[in-house]
Amino acid sequence: MSNKTPHDSNPQDIILDVLPEHEKSQVAADDYSTTGHEWDGIKEFDKPIPRWWLWTYYLTVLFSIGYMIAYPAIPLVNDYTKGLLGWSSRDMVEQEISAARLAQSKYIDAMQTASLEEVAGNEELMTFAVEGGKSAYAVNCVQCHGSGATGSKGYPNLNDDEWLWGGTMEDIYTTVAHGIRFDEDDDSRYSEMPAFLTDEILEKADIIQVAHFVRAFSGLDHDPSAASAGAEIFADNCAACHGEEGKGDQEQGAPNLADAVWLYGSEFDSIVTTISASRKGVMPAWAHRLDDTTIKQLTMFIHSRGGGQ
Amino acid sequence: MANLINNVKDNKTDDELHPIAHDVEAVNGPLNRELFEAKKKIYPKRTKGNFRTFKWISMILLLGFYYIGPWIRWDRGPTSPNQAILVDFEHSRFYFFFIEIWPQELYYIAGLLIMSAFALFLVTASVGRAWCGYACPQTVWVDLFITVERWIEGDRNARMRLDKAPWTFRKIYLRVIKHSIWLMIAAATGGAWIFYFMDAPTLFNQLIHFEAAVVAYGTIIFFVLTTYTFGGHLREQVCTYMCPWPRIQAVMMDVDSLVVTYHGTRGEPRMSVKKAKKATATNQPVGDCVDCNMCVVVCPMGIDIRDGIQLECITCGLCIDACNDVMDKVDKPRGLIAYDTINNEKIRQTKRDATHADGIRWPWHNYRNYVYMGLFLVVGFVMLYSLSTRDRFAINALHDRNPLYVQLSDGSIRNSFEIKLLNMQGKLRHFVIYTEGLEGASFTTAAGTQTDGKVIITIEPDRVKAFRAFVDVHKDNLPAGKQTDFKIIAQEIDGNETGIYGAKFHMPEPAK
Repeated sequence: MSNKTPHDSNPQDIILDVLPEHEKSQVAADDYSTTGHEWDGIKEFDKPIPRWWLWTYYLTVLFSIGYMIAYPAIPLVNDYTKGLLGWSSRDMVEQEISAARLAQSKYIDAMQTASLEEVAGNEELMTFAVEGGKSAYAVNCVQCHGSGATGSKGYPNLNDDEWLWGGTMEDIYTTVAHGIRFDEDDDSRYSEMPAFLTDEILEKADIIQVAHFVRAFSGLDHDPSAASAGAEIFADNCAACHGEEGKGDQEQGAPNLADAVWLYGSEFDSIVTTISASRKGVMPAWAHRLDDTTIKQLTMFIHSRGGGQ
Repeated sequence: MANLINNVKDNKTDDELHPIAHDVEAVNGPLNRELFEAKKKIYPKRTKGNFRTFKWISMILLLGFYYIGPWIRWDRGPTSPNQAILVDFEHSRFYFFFIEIWPQELYYIAGLLIMSAFALFLVTASVGRAWCGYACPQTVWVDLFITVERWIEGDRNARMRLDKAPWTFRKIYLRVIKHSIWLMIAAATGGAWIFYFMDAPTLFNQLIHFEAAVVAYGTIIFFVLTTYTFGGHLREQVCTYMCPWPRIQAVMMDVDSLVVTYHGTRGEPRMSVKKAKKATATNQPVGDCVDCNMCVVVCPMGIDIRDGIQLECITCGLCIDACNDVMDKVDKPRGLIAYDTINNEKIRQTKRDATHADGIRWPWHNYRNYVYMGLFLVVGFVMLYSLSTRDRFAINALHDRNPLYVQLSDGSIRNSFEIKLLNMQGKLRHFVIYTEGLEGASFTTAAGTQTDGKVIITIEPDRVKAFRAFVDVHKDNLPAGKQTDFKIIAQEIDGNETGIYGAKFHMPEPAK
């Protein structure tokens, strides 16, 4: 029985005084020796660490021993200890990949047999195709067409509604599968605009007149007299492919010259260069490198960018 | 000192009127405890009285709600789960009876937490640690575990004897039963917990057929370990050493907060009934406390309330029950230990007026309590209002970042958007979507049916519909290189909800 009676003082003192005093007296009692270290008069008690802490520490030591036995742990000269469980991070990745493939297989199987229209008509399949196409695009296509599919000079923008070889799903599929002017694929789309100056078909002055005429189609700045002089030259040399009104022909990959989209730029000099030397842009065929499902996915992705017809 | 602790002799009374005196010191009394020492076991004795009854009711209600909660059904139609309380991580929904919360509305949960915090502050500042004494899961489960222990092994003295007894068959038998029941309670605790996260009957079926997810079993094992350790073994140590709340509460309470208080002015000098008789005979001062130590032996925290307010005290009031019982037996008024304020006790002491009334004056003169209650109500009303008027439909339009705009062949500029329509109701809904604020704009989408610049979209019940949308404006209609504000509006056809998204139309830099 304690002979102290805290209630001799008022209760606030109990809170403010008794407990701290008690703890102070405990510390002052100095039941524990110091480590002998001293910094600026501050001494370090030599107190035991909490027991649960100590036991946790022992447990972690035990765990690490078990872990070293069960899992790959110790590096050897040319090898490492494999561990009893035979676990490896490489196996784990392979398992995850095969699990992902298995999860996809339902859609991949369906896409192998489905026509492009059937894929487009099935919301679930279409989502799978567009997302898969996005990934395939990021790996195979961004180098030329850009990460946003905006293309650049000489590389078509896939977001717009201008298509050299057609913007239907079938057209896009064929272009991706067989490429353009790609010699190694017999089914590659092929057309060749003559290099009018290099091949000595037209004089430099004629080309400049035609260039003025071409710019007139889409209302760009031009010299009207030169343009009217170019009209006849255009009809004789260009209209066969690009049409009399310059609307182009997707069957031959002849660009529409009367719209606002210019693959090599609408600047006068650029047009003169195109007519003089031709461009002969090439896109590789992907049928030899990618499987049919991936090409279908790419088709759907490109078609869904907004310009698809 | 140590030899005094738990040194119990079953005091077969030094007085007829004093049959229950325990020669015992509080295990966790402030004067007895070293700064560093091992846990000392507490053997709380059984009590009867108002606070014990209140604790029983509280325990039954809280445990009942916890265990039965996931099994309550609530019909929400064929497309939504019919469990009244469900945290559906898989589909990112939270269901609480008639309320369904989508991830976008998580601020309701934040609001609920804020309300809980203020309620806790209010309760603490006015009636002290009522949360700790009656409602905290630690308190409730410890109470349950002690009840089981008492049922198997007997009350305080029997338990202490059993602890000291050699390992006979009976002891092993009792211990096995006790720990088995504890473990079963722990398993049921973890079991009930996971039911809040998945359809309870389905999950129960999977569990007993060992078909449930690994995480379900893992959670149960975790709960078994924590419940068994915290409820069976750590007990008051959790409150005193692990929980931050007692320390925070100390600054919320003041001299006008209700705490369990021993009326020292009335009780001191404490002495046994026998000594009191002698003292009275010689005209010595005699306090009402008969020093029976009943308040100490019933305390689940192992303290002596007569030492004054202490950090360990969870204000469960069991010592009040015990003391009242004794006061009845010795024919003295109840309330030697009572819920009271420190201020009252101070008045009694300074005025030497033992008759000063108890402190069940509601401490409404404390401004903080008004602030806590005000904030609680404000947050509550804001939540109620917003919950009753909230939209069950939302539209989001994410502008394509790459590219920001596309040059089309006819000279138009196109901005592409990924539009998301959120139908947060359990029924099929139809919306007409159009743009406003762009002259001569054409609006097309990759979904829905389209008629003259407007698109009609059907959204499945309780689903998000995402699709690409294209806004085309002729380049002469808008200034080059500028952004123009416009609206994408979704108007419900067969209802009256409207979603408006404020979007920007980007135009290319002027050609050089």
